[in-house]
Amino acid sequence: MTSELQPADLGGRIVRLAEKGRPQVRFRLDGADCQALAGDTVLTAVLVCAPAVRQSEFGREKRAGFCLMGACQDCWLWQEDGGRLRACSTLVAEGMQLRTVPPETWP
Amino acid sequence: MTAPGGEKVMIVGAGPAGIRAAERLVQAGIRPIVIDEGIKAGGQIYRRPPHGFARPPEQLYGSEARKAVALHTVFDYMVAAGQIDYHPQSSVLTIAGDFLQALTPAGRRDFTYDRLILATGAMDRLAPIPGWQAPGVYSLGAAQIALKAQGVALGSRIVLAGSGPLLTLVATQLLKAGAKIAAILDTSSIRNQAAGLPGMLARPGLVLRGLLMRAKLGRLYHAGVTLDRIETDERGPVGLCWRDASGRAHVTACDMVGLGWHLRAETQLAGLAGCTFDYDESWSQWLPRTDRMGRAAEGLYLAGDGLRILGADGAEVAGRLAATACLVDMGLPSPDARSDLRRLGRYEGFARAVARAFPWPGEMVRAVPDETVVCRCEGVTAGELRESVVYGGGEANRVKSLARVGMGRCQGRYCQLAGADLIAENAGIKVCDAGRLREQAPARPLPIGLWVRDA
Repeated sequence: MTSELQPADLGGRIVRLAEKGRPQVRFRLDGADCQALAGDTVLTAVLVCAPAVRQSEFGREKRAGFCLMGACQDCWLWQEDGGRLRACSTLVAEGMQLRTVPPETWP
Repeated sequence: MTAPGGEKVMIVGAGPAGIRAAERLVQAGIRPIVIDEGIKAGGQIYRRPPHGFARPPEQLYGSEARKAVALHTVFDYMVAAGQIDYHPQSSVLTIAGDFLQALTPAGRRDFTYDRLILATGAMDRLAPIPGWQAPGVYSLGAAQIALKAQGVALGSRIVLAGSGPLLTLVATQLLKAGAKIAAILDTSSIRNQAAGLPGMLARPGLVLRGLLMRAKLGRLYHAGVTLDRIETDERGPVGLCWRDASGRAHVTACDMVGLGWHLRAETQLAGLAGCTFDYDESWSQWLPRTDRMGRAAEGLYLAGDGLRILGADGAEVAGRLAATACLVDMGLPSPDARSDLRRLGRYEGFARAVARAFPWPGEMVRAVPDETVVCRCEGVTAGELRESVVYGGGEANRVKSLARVGMGRCQGRYCQLAGADLIAENAGIKVCDAGRLREQAPARPLPIGLWVRDA
């Protein structure tokens, strides 16, 4: 992904309204290169380029976070190394490798 | 660290209540331990953006900028001066006797204390409507946090629905920031709102500000609506179906829905610490029992929206009072609490009137179709819940065991109140007789590997 692409073209759902001039941060989502801005939470970073952070384990729908304050636990997503993180309370960092589905090694 | 009384005091939460409690203890020469989930102190309503953002406080907090800055400043000073032992980005997982376990950025950590002040705040109070489990449906608080702490809107065509002061406030803030809002749908009728007005005049300035905001929303705002369902495709919402006060059906196209019915006290830790709860009819929820100062039990104090939904101003007062009670109980000199107690009384009168003006939509909840998801975590439907009441009885914990409503990873925070309504309706009992879910540790999910290694 390159910076001139707009969220809508990529299927993101978040619209940036303010403070768009922050330094860029690169990360990977499901193997694809993505860009965020320094200070974005992982949830913001992912939802700028994708419509959801994970698949619900209990229904057909995907999930994209809900409360943004660490209460609902809806926005946990996977990292390539097998760990998980809560996207709304974690800041995105250069080189993060994120997945909306469990790693292949997950049983 | 110990000081004058020789006792160790711990505060959970660094919002308005926790900050003022810490300040009062520091003034008395005590160095409290403060543990908070936020990256920076401030809580939710005075949440600060992460490092690197530059909008001024006036833009972030509007008319409340001065209060926000005052709280942030006093807290940052106490941290810099080493007056408090501060643990940010840390979640309390369980409380037992005189110790608690927390998940910190460095892993598990156990804390011991002599006295504990819980200032855990509140969260959005949610009612289920068909389709609310879709991606792109958020709480009203989420919409506000996204704007304030990240400078973003959670969708490009937004419908906000529910009731309460936050509905008008979030709509106003989003419109001002340039977000596109298609409708603002209030389930409270004009008549209900008018009934709350006399009591709300205890704080005339706030009422005036709210009415001015409301007036600016113009024709986007509708009172007395009934929400029928959120139409979705696999990406999320495409429209919200609702009926206006006269019963006429509407569909408003959107790609994001923000929902919330005022607030619900965050009481998980209070329950684990052993508080007694009473069902409060005006706030339609279970709240911890304390004395006027916030004493819940020997060495246990509560303050802020986690005790009574009085808002940020009330939380500052309650935080000071809880710390004062703590000082009194330690036999230390403490400031006169009478003027704060009077102020708290006035705030409470106002807050109960607000609760009356923007009530919980019990009738709408009891009427949801069987296929409506009640538990977002595990996709448990109203039909499954109703069925479990038929063969298991009308009690919240039994329904949790049988139907798993409240068993998911949010631990019932978003389904418990609606669940109680459905249980009561099906068992033919009052909501308060459906009981409340017993708290279970851990209060937040934790990586089990970390626990095994550290055990």
